[in-house]
Amino acid sequence: MSSVNYNVLGLIFASMHDSYVSELTKKRTMGSIPFGGRYRLIDFPLSNFVNSGVTEVGVITKANYGSLLDHLGSGRDWDLARKKGGLHLLPPYSQTGGIYKGRLDALGNIWSFVEHSKAQYVILSNCDIVTTIDFNDVLRQHMSTEADITLIYSKALYDSEKNNNATILDFDEDNRVKSVLVDPKISGECNQWLEMLIISKDLLRTIVADAVSKNIYSFTREILQNNNNEYKIMGYEHKDFFVRIDNIQNYYLANKMLLCEDTRKALFKKGLPIYTKVGDNAPTKYGLESNIKNSLIADGCVIEGTVENSVIFRGVKIGKGTVVKDSVIMQGTVIGNDCTISSIITDKNAEISDGKVLKFSETYPLHIDKNGKI
Amino acid sequence: MYTKKKVVAMLLAGGQGSRLYALTKNVAKPAVPYGGKYRLIDFPLSNCTNSGIDTVGVLTQYQPLVLNEYIGNGEPWDLDKMNGGVHVLPPYESQAGASWYEGTANAIYQNMNFIRRYNPEYVVVLGGDHIYKMDYSKMVDFHIKNNADCTISVIDVPLAEASRFGIMICDENNKVMDFVEKPKEPKSTLASMGIYVFSWDKLEKYLIENENDANAKRDRGEAWSKDFGKDIITSMLRDNQRLFAYEFEGYWKDVGTLDSLWEANMDLLSPSVPLDLYDKNWKIYSRSSYMPPQYMGSNAQVENSMIAEGSVVDGSVDFSILFAGVTVEEGATVNYSIVMPNTVIKSGAVVEYAIVGSDCVIEGGTHIGKSPEQVENRDDWGIAVVGHNVTVSSDKSVEPKQIISENI
Repeated sequence: MSSVNYNVLGLIFASMHDSYVSELTKKRTMGSIPFGGRYRLIDFPLSNFVNSGVTEVGVITKANYGSLLDHLGSGRDWDLARKKGGLHLLPPYSQTGGIYKGRLDALGNIWSFVEHSKAQYVILSNCDIVTTIDFNDVLRQHMSTEADITLIYSKALYDSEKNNNATILDFDEDNRVKSVLVDPKISGECNQWLEMLIISKDLLRTIVADAVSKNIYSFTREILQNNNNEYKIMGYEHKDFFVRIDNIQNYYLANKMLLCEDTRKALFKKGLPIYTKVGDNAPTKYGLESNIKNSLIADGCVIEGTVENSVIFRGVKIGKGTVVKDSVIMQGTVIGNDCTISSIITDKNAEISDGKVLKFSETYPLHIDKNGKI
Repeated sequence: MYTKKKVVAMLLAGGQGSRLYALTKNVAKPAVPYGGKYRLIDFPLSNCTNSGIDTVGVLTQYQPLVLNEYIGNGEPWDLDKMNGGVHVLPPYESQAGASWYEGTANAIYQNMNFIRRYNPEYVVVLGGDHIYKMDYSKMVDFHIKNNADCTISVIDVPLAEASRFGIMICDENNKVMDFVEKPKEPKSTLASMGIYVFSWDKLEKYLIENENDANAKRDRGEAWSKDFGKDIITSMLRDNQRLFAYEFEGYWKDVGTLDSLWEANMDLLSPSVPLDLYDKNWKIYSRSSYMPPQYMGSNAQVENSMIAEGSVVDGSVDFSILFAGVTVEEGATVNYSIVMPNTVIKSGAVVEYAIVGSDCVIEGGTHIGKSPEQVENRDDWGIAVVGHNVTVSSDKSVEPKQIISENI
């Protein structure tokens, strides 16, 4: 953990791209989607900020933010219950009425919060791209290249058939952004913007004020795409694991990627812990006939059956004689005895009674709603 | 300004726990790990919070560093309060000079000013080395109902074991008639659990008297002591004060020895033991370690065990408790054992009937402990113990009853 950096303000868009995974965001924001056994998606950007020494963080919400408020509380679990800086929840508020439409619109609405900060730089992040990153390296590059805006990107495979609405960057020989494509119909290796950027507060103020007067709201289209000659927009390559949560299928696969040791090493780095709300659960208890293979399991579970290739969240109960394969079982799910289950996603507190057979394919996993009963 | 509190709890956490040997070399006994993610002190602290007692003084003395850091501001137990909360009370120096705590009664005596600030009606005195879930507020109600001066929590123990405890002899109304410490021929099976409720005015009076008496004896070169059971309770009985025994029913385990620590952990794996750590209405809180969920590998064989976050298991684990961040490699075996945080059991190692401390490395080819069946003479059998931060190198073994605290 680096020392505190009061010169940077972190801003997290908790609701950006909620609609991509509408199954999971009926009653929550993108940021509060459970992920990886014990986390919510917002834990990754929040921990990235905290681990980079950024202790002043604003979370911009939109709708459905009850579960997000419950998760974040005072920010204490991220060490962000601070007198200087700390965590600030910024609920939707629009001067023009209605809910904001894009990043610029949202920033206009919360500008007084940004203005109040003493930080010179602002880092923006979404919640729908999961990665672990140290922003200090990005900031150093941003300053040494005297960039106006530095976009964080990764070079990786992309397939518009399977992914959703990515922003693809092309650079000139000086690593300056040459072109910006939004949701192109392509497949193959390309430079994907991770929807994280650094900008000075002064420039952001100018851009936001200008946007408000012109009634434009999309940062990606209006600033990155249409104005990329006006500003010095540079790229910072993040050469590490990331995954997009851009539809329910990819959400399912992203969880399963955690069963791979390399993924866990990339996301859960030594010295860069991912913080989350403390659950005060007992350790997980395995029964006399339990059989667990290749699975990630959180605290507070009681498992008496067989679990393979699955991610099991906190406080899940799996009965005797039950076999769970290739599934993502969220917090508090209770699965009875003698069930046979493969490729399902159960949302929080779902219940599956004794003897049920639910066999689906990894291509189309079944999703069971929060509190759903089968 | 301090708000008056009805009840203040004083937790005696200075114990060395000398019979836990290697496990308490650098930590006080209440900080000894238990049950996969807890330390012993989590039980009394969580019981206080769940009983509505929000003001707790923790008296520390022996090796306080880990314990102090662990308690911190008390936030994990909800004891970070504007008024009250948890306060660590180490021995201190005053104008009259500095002195260590000279017994359990003296420890409270030296901190009477802490208690006086809250002007309580009742003081609950607790130990830091027992595993149990108890609603102290019910005991306080019992104390009030009996118009008692002191109430002592007791548990019915088998007659054969009674001589290990402080035994209360009571009348039919649970009024304590006599108290005998470790009697050879016990006249009752009601054992003191070391949990007391005192009316504060009475406790204050007897603490001062005991202090003056003991100091006078010391000046005269006589034997003296400043202990709760031996001195305060005995004096109160002598003066015909109203002492009552509060019978506790439920799981209670003293973890004073390595064998009892091992047993208390194994109890968690027994379906017949009534200590439910999964009860949402009486959670046992602890300081969290911020580790990812546990990962069970493709070669893992895990049965009848409790495993905490951050552990990675690719070997065989049966009837065992693994704390946070433990690694059991493919081809390693852990049976009937307790493995404390961040320890690595390497491929080819066998750990059975053992307690392995935190941050150890058990290399391949080692054998720690044996099952009772593998030992010819049953008296030679006992738990094998590896202390904290120890490396056991290849082909070494640790025999039953053996305790190691240095690398071998």
